[in-house]
Amino acid sequence: MENKVKLQIDKQTIEVSEGSTILDAAKSVGIDVPVLCYHPDLSLHGACRVCVVEEEESGELLASCAAPVNAGMKINTRSIKARKARRRNVELLLANHPNDCLGCNRNGSCELQDITYDLGITKEDIERVSGAVREHEIDDVGPALRRDLNKCILCGRCVRICEEVQGVSALQFTQRGFNSVVTTAFDMPQRDVNCANCGQCASVCPVGAINEKSEIEKVWSALEDDDIHVIVQTAPSIQATLGEEFGMRAGSVVTGKMVAALRRLGFDKIFSTDFAADLTILEEGSEFLKKLEGEGTLPHITSCCPGWVKYAEHNYSDLLNHLSSAKSPMQMFSALGKTYYPQQSGVKAKDVYTVAIMPCTAKKFEKNREEINATRFKDTDAVLTTRELARMIKEMGINFSKLADEDFDELMGTSTGAGTIFGTTGGVAEAAVRTVKEKLTGEPLEQLNLGFRGVNFAEVEIGDRTVKIAIANGLGNAEKLLEACREGDCECDFIEVMACPHGCVGGGGQPRPATKEKKIKRGTGLSGIDDKSVVRKSHKNPQVIKLYKEFLGEPMSGESHHLLHTTYKSRPKN
Amino acid sequence: MNETIYRSHVLVCTGTGCVSSGAKDLKTTLEKELTAKDMSGEVKIVETGCHGFCEKGPIMIIYPEGVFYCEVNEKDVKEIVDEHLLKGRTVERLLFKEPMTEEQIPSYQDIDFYKKQQRISLKNCGHIDPESIDEYIAVGGYEAAGKALTLMEPQEIIDELKESGLRGRGGGGFPTGLKWQFARNTESDKKYVICNADEGDPGAFMDRSLLEGDPHGIIEGMMIAAYAIGADEAYVYVRAEYPLAITRLEKAIQDAEEYGLLGENIFDSGFNFKLHIKEGAGAFVCGEETALMNSIEGKRGMPKPRPPYPSVSGLWGKPTNINNVETFANVPYIIKEGAEAFSSIGTESSAGTKVFALTGKINNTGLVEVPMGTTLREVIFEIGGGLDKNKKFKAVQTGGPSGGCLPEEYLNLPIDYDSLLDAGTMMGSGGMVVMDEDSCMVDVARFFLNFTQSESCGKCTPCREGTKRMLEILNRITEGEGREGDIELLEELGDHIKSTSLCGLGKSAPNPVLSTITHFRKEYEAHINHQNCPAGACQDLLSTYVIAAEDCIGCGKCAKVCPVDAISGEIKGVFAIDEDVCIACGACEPVCPVDAISQG
Repeated sequence: MENKVKLQIDKQTIEVSEGSTILDAAKSVGIDVPVLCYHPDLSLHGACRVCVVEEEESGELLASCAAPVNAGMKINTRSIKARKARRRNVELLLANHPNDCLGCNRNGSCELQDITYDLGITKEDIERVSGAVREHEIDDVGPALRRDLNKCILCGRCVRICEEVQGVSALQFTQRGFNSVVTTAFDMPQRDVNCANCGQCASVCPVGAINEKSEIEKVWSALEDDDIHVIVQTAPSIQATLGEEFGMRAGSVVTGKMVAALRRLGFDKIFSTDFAADLTILEEGSEFLKKLEGEGTLPHITSCCPGWVKYAEHNYSDLLNHLSSAKSPMQMFSALGKTYYPQQSGVKAKDVYTVAIMPCTAKKFEKNREEINATRFKDTDAVLTTRELARMIKEMGINFSKLADEDFDELMGTSTGAGTIFGTTGGVAEAAVRTVKEKLTGEPLEQLNLGFRGVNFAEVEIGDRTVKIAIANGLGNAEKLLEACREGDCECDFIEVMACPHGCVGGGGQPRPATKEKKIKRGTGLSGIDDKSVVRKSHKNPQVIKLYKEFLGEPMSGESHHLLHTTYKSRPKN
Repeated sequence: MNETIYRSHVLVCTGTGCVSSGAKDLKTTLEKELTAKDMSGEVKIVETGCHGFCEKGPIMIIYPEGVFYCEVNEKDVKEIVDEHLLKGRTVERLLFKEPMTEEQIPSYQDIDFYKKQQRISLKNCGHIDPESIDEYIAVGGYEAAGKALTLMEPQEIIDELKESGLRGRGGGGFPTGLKWQFARNTESDKKYVICNADEGDPGAFMDRSLLEGDPHGIIEGMMIAAYAIGADEAYVYVRAEYPLAITRLEKAIQDAEEYGLLGENIFDSGFNFKLHIKEGAGAFVCGEETALMNSIEGKRGMPKPRPPYPSVSGLWGKPTNINNVETFANVPYIIKEGAEAFSSIGTESSAGTKVFALTGKINNTGLVEVPMGTTLREVIFEIGGGLDKNKKFKAVQTGGPSGGCLPEEYLNLPIDYDSLLDAGTMMGSGGMVVMDEDSCMVDVARFFLNFTQSESCGKCTPCREGTKRMLEILNRITEGEGREGDIELLEELGDHIKSTSLCGLGKSAPNPVLSTITHFRKEYEAHINHQNCPAGACQDLLSTYVIAAEDCIGCGKCAKVCPVDAISGEIKGVFAIDEDVCIACGACEPVCPVDAISQG
């Protein structure tokens, strides 16, 4: 039995589990003490001191996020002393902040702005404690992320997620005192360090200090140009996350509204990356089959996640030959967008402009990889995050929640449940095994049920062979799994890695704020689509079957090898 | 055993202070001279640790007479050998002269600076060769550890510590026995002991002197602590800027290992103990225990919220007991002499002695160890020999850069943890800076805050942003740009930073400002309301100088001495001072042969 502790919060006597923080205890009586550095998925930091509350007997101010409850404690969250202290710390942060909310990317979704409003802090309050302001150059060279340290409030969430969850540590505190700054080694552009571009830093940033490098204007220009034929693909997870930007519950599935909104924005064709995910399964599945038959190196490791691929290039160059040569669904789609699509539609390849709506900031990097282009053109012209798409929809005044559902366009818009679950952890493995097992044995696969754990394992009987599967989401978990493989503690045949916690539903380009709780709901939303799908196996996707029949031939054949497969290169560890 | 019996021992202090004033050369010269006179078989030279009177270094004591020579340099060696060592005549000119009485004192114990001290933790410093484990053992070293490991149960040791009343000497003043008890009570397969030797207070050097002068004493204290709490591994976290301390500690560890005093099954007790040195890079905040542990773990030295306290979850998540160097230095004494012997010294709430780094505008500066309860007046006027140049006492700051300043009416305050806290300052690690009438208290507060502000780790908002704002306000006040309401804002920010900062650095950083506002508010008001610095220390508030044209004879002497070229004119003509350039240093005034220059 868990021990309980009795205490008082604002005169209410409550009982909470021993070891709870005052913040948790307050939450249980309906009081959300304001927080900035605190994040439920990260270690306790206790730095912003915005969550201080008063302990009545000692008169001490305690950081509620970090202070554990004690039996008999009397906490006052609303005393003048506590209120003043919280306000003062926010004022001190604002005194060293640009406060140019109107021009800030986070206007309306900024946690500092919300707290300032909730606490009723005025311009005069801030001026009273104003003085020197730190100034930093903006890291705008991209391609994935943009850092504006002038807006950084040094809450350390990005540092913690990069170190604790991702195991990358691309960002750290440097300097001391007032000159403290969160930056990369030697203050280099994020592009030039061991950053995986996963964007988890951006996803937890409470203010506008780290964002995706925006490509919105580029896309508007393409849409404006009548000579350009703009086709768009939407990644599997977007349909389960975009709704949050419009006030819907996490996990709400908005596929039809999303398609309708994209039509209203002026895209010529609305396609689905899920279609390309099915295609990926056929290519990668065939590759895996060959490896199972002894051609190539096991374990087979997935390569659809560009954050993971770059991380592997930095840290696991010895394992690069295990990575699937299959491109990510986005890049497969784009390569076909400039070959197969023109062939089928009659639009000239040179006029096709491919836009990808992605949950991901690393995709912005991926599209620029030198070796990735299979056509004479740049295969993917622009990548927009979920957040960027929402911004475009908002700018146009499209009443998203009122839109009637519409369908994807034909040719590259149909997908199976297997393609859809690419957007959540374990989905790629599940989709691959569904196809591989059926192709080899003719028997269907029972559910793998890999769930939402950071690392998980499953075994599947395929014919007379037991295929061992492992998945990891979050680069820190990937490291654990791969180190175990290196040590020989984990004998696997198939490893799925997603750079972001919970997979693409937890991607760095998804709506903010994002917590584990929300990510699980998003993943559940995607699984729901799969559950309801009539066709749930990639090799049964009629449009994929047509594609092979009319254009590619066989998986891993000459044409598909040329268009749909790629190579990797070793990168320095730091 | 065939040991040479020497007729004289010459103790040459080779602590960092004396080394920097030439002790190494002094020793070499002395060796040569003794060899030349064929006396090296009769006179033994011993390198010792610090005597605490570094200002008077290099220091040399000659036994058996116990004659104390100060400010000895190479040129004096011949005379010392010829007169003292050969003819038995004291070299009077090298004796210490009491600043108040001008009396020359030949013997160490009779000098006021030492007479009023009671040395427990510093007892071996300056008296034994710190690089000789045999000398440490000869003066009773490792007896306490032997007693603890072979005759006492761990709980008995903790009880003895509790009874002794020893409190943490690093500044917090937390009861040491209780701290050990917490670490003992936490069950774990692995525990650590850490010695905090990240001495960061400007001017404080007791930890360095202890490590340099008596490294085995610290090892012994740590060993007893480890046995008591159930640890088998320990770290001494010492600043890399203390190379001599590190070298001596390394030597001491090596010797202790060779003697079986470190390692496995010590004293056949089944107790194992391994000791490491971790060099810190000198960040002030690494003296904070959680930041220190982060630093040992290879992370950035940033404090973490407590609880969990180190005794529950410390180094690498294991129960850890951290004490300061001076705290450990007291442990062997307590175990050997008993709790009562220790608790009989000092006051009821603060037992034992405390080492202070006495400095500032006084005659005798250095390390002093006095019983708790000694008054500020005794330390400053009796041990410290009163104020330099007979200036008037204005304030004393205790507790390092984040301590408070106390004015004259507090001189009779007995020094202990609680009375200092009540008076608005703190014990800290034992810094004590004396200020005279020429010290501007606003400027003093600014100086200390500038230090803590730039040493803030930058983690928590109040310390990072708040101290910067306070410093900006102090800067403008000392520049004559103070505004109405600035004092109140300083008080408000100071209270705020103290009550909401994450660690001890922020919680105490405003002390110098708040205490000077309490005791010297008028000085702040003079700066703000009248752009006047009563102490005449704030450069920007001093009025510039002018030359009376009718008196000037055009000699140009003033222009020659002006460091900023503010004075121009033609020889035999009339010179003038550019008031925008003049820094009011006053260099020109005394050189004018006709007294034509005055402050405008």
